[in-house]
Amino acid sequence: MLAVLMLNARTVLSEVLDTVTVADPYIELRTGPGRGYPVYYVAERGAKIAILKSKTDWFKVKLSNAKEGWVSRAQLAQTLTPEGEQIDFATPLLKDIAASHWEAGLFGGDFGGASLISLYAGYAFTENLSFEVTTTQVLGDESELQLYNLGMVHYAFPQWRATPYFSIGTGRIKIKPKSSLVETENRKEDSVNVGLGLRVYLTRRFFFRMEYRNHIVLTDKDNNQELEEWKAGFSLFL
Amino acid sequence: MESRIQSIFIIFFASLLLLGSQSVTAEDPEQVIEPEIERRTVTEDDINSEDFEIGIYYGALSTEDFGVNDLFGLSLAYHINEDFFTEFSYAQSTTSKSSIEVVDEFVNLLTDDERELSFYNVSLGYNILPGEAFFYDRWAFNSALYLIGGIGSTDFAGDERFTISLGVGYRLLINDWMAIHLDVKDHIFDIDVFGEEKTAHNLALHGGVSFFF
Repeated sequence: MLAVLMLNARTVLSEVLDTVTVADPYIELRTGPGRGYPVYYVAERGAKIAILKSKTDWFKVKLSNAKEGWVSRAQLAQTLTPEGEQIDFATPLLKDIAASHWEAGLFGGDFGGASLISLYAGYAFTENLSFEVTTTQVLGDESELQLYNLGMVHYAFPQWRATPYFSIGTGRIKIKPKSSLVETENRKEDSVNVGLGLRVYLTRRFFFRMEYRNHIVLTDKDNNQELEEWKAGFSLFL
Repeated sequence: MESRIQSIFIIFFASLLLLGSQSVTAEDPEQVIEPEIERRTVTEDDINSEDFEIGIYYGALSTEDFGVNDLFGLSLAYHINEDFFTEFSYAQSTTSKSSIEVVDEFVNLLTDDERELSFYNVSLGYNILPGEAFFYDRWAFNSALYLIGGIGSTDFAGDERFTISLGVGYRLLINDWMAIHLDVKDHIFDIDVFGEEKTAHNLALHGGVSFFF
């Protein structure tokens, strides 16, 4: 019974795992997912391997003799599927970007002279146009600001690795004066903003982003207040 | 005596089972079927990636002037490549009385609410010394020493305070998906509870466990 169970398990295993044939002259199996870990086993061209999982740019593989180890993305790039097809391991930047609608990220920066921390989530309708929700905390000497912003972002050249963009948005600003000050009444103001930015794709899922936004705060006073926001951060395709 | 009879029975039944299974495989070699694999291309999306790491930690936070207290925290990290990772962290602590409040019982600088401290930060980490740790002859665990720095906000003494955090940590992987952490961090923020504004260094030492997914 035990043996039958094991047999079944093995059949299931080979169905679940993606078995591929090594196409390079050899692949090196390391003990960990990094270039610093020692190579402890080598598999030759033609060996069948199962890819168990990945961690950053490293893939954990299992050989038919049950040896397990980590292989770099570069070494697997030329490896083939059982049918002799090329595996899609090259970094197909544009295809991935088009396929991934959701993204999220965080920023640090400056908002009218005070420090800001910002989190956002975005949804891309098309390659060129996406919708973003941003929440920002601004920590100044005299007050704390919380910004909630909805915006549209337009990418004129989505196929570029470093792609500039333009944004417009509207939101609400909550102003909380410091508790040590005399005036401690919270205020809420509406705002509109325009922005310019740049995103640079670093890896398959990860990109760098920097942005300038000009906010017009719609106050009850005679003059509207203008505030400038500079920020930079990292984002992920989800 | 009873346990001996039990073990005899267990051995007997186990050998029966083994015999049975052997005879099944011997009579029925067709059971070993090469599964028919349909034509497909393996893409990276088919492979389970474990680049995210979620964790909890517990330790001590020394809040400048307000004692050393328990610290509970949560963290979520994304590993960009083998060298760099980003981390979001949130933690809570309840601070004690400052020396002046202890010496003079009529002085009360903060309300109970204001004594509650919580912070969040977003950080970038760099694995400076990746390697392996060995225990006796048998066990080798992957490990890394990392530097970590970030920005965030600390809610303490009635205000949100912009906070810079710098630290160093050690990650020991028990297996592919579970790790033990030990971190030392300095959380730096400005505070004006004693009248004059000053920069406070708040050292935290904590250990935790995390899971990759």
